[in-house]
Amino acid sequence: MRVGVVTFPGSLDDVDAQRAVRIGGNEAVPLWHGDHDLKGVDAVILPGGFSYGDYLRCGAISRFAPVMTEVVEAAGRGMPVLGICNGFQILCESHLLPGALIRNDHRKFVCRDQRLRIENNRTPWTAAYEPGSEITIVIKNGEGGFVADEPTLDRLEGEGRVVARYLDDNPNGSLRDIAGICNERGNVVGLMPHPEHAVEGLTGCGTDGLGFFTTLASEVFQ
Amino acid sequence: MARVVVDVMPKPEILDPQGKAVLGALPRLGFSGVVDVRQGKRFELEIDGEVTEQVLADVHKMAETLLSNPVIENFSVHVEASA
Repeated sequence: MRVGVVTFPGSLDDVDAQRAVRIGGNEAVPLWHGDHDLKGVDAVILPGGFSYGDYLRCGAISRFAPVMTEVVEAAGRGMPVLGICNGFQILCESHLLPGALIRNDHRKFVCRDQRLRIENNRTPWTAAYEPGSEITIVIKNGEGGFVADEPTLDRLEGEGRVVARYLDDNPNGSLRDIAGICNERGNVVGLMPHPEHAVEGLTGCGTDGLGFFTTLASEVFQ
Repeated sequence: MARVVVDVMPKPEILDPQGKAVLGALPRLGFSGVVDVRQGKRFELEIDGEVTEQVLADVHKMAETLLSNPVIENFSVHVEASA
């Protein structure tokens, strides 16, 4: 699969995401925020970082970047889209995912290894995991508190759209310990922690994040 | 020239960690009697020409598409008397 990784001004983890895509057995295609062009990719990753300096609100300016017109349209056709950290914020601001991400309740930037449970493995990003798998990957954010109104939270839970949930300590005040969610169709996934930093034994806290990048290369999606 | 002001505030039910930080700092500086602080944003839009109904409608559109996130924030619009 050809997986595009969008670079916005202020993206930090675009190169790590490209590397994770390659280690996962796919081809990484750099995409530029200013282009109305997805270069014919099969899937898109919006990486972590501080796009547009997080001005106004995290992801609020990026949402209107030229490339996002194409991403929103492709997502509507069912193309797999993964937003990690700042990418998750952009997906919420773009209304591809419900809810919003606000400043951590404890007001500090958090950077640590975080245990998660994968609760939905029916997405193109998580099908490599057994349902209920517990994994440890890095989390690093200042504004990672997931919020939505009660009916929205109930709907996400009821439809099995909570993709990942924090275990042990909730790192940022996210309601119902939600670490990641998907859209109704399941092709758009937003995740606050960083699987792309946990794909190789040499660096990071293990390889538990690799599954997010191998699924697309697996037979199911060929 | 006229000025249209958009005030954006976190919704009452949304946690406001920045307001909490300010609230915590006040007693340390010797200020007492403040029981809650909410922190928002104020946008001052300088308008070329008259503030017509159309201009106000456009500002509302700006406020709901870009200046605020309706999931977590409320906004209000008012015209400021020119100086």
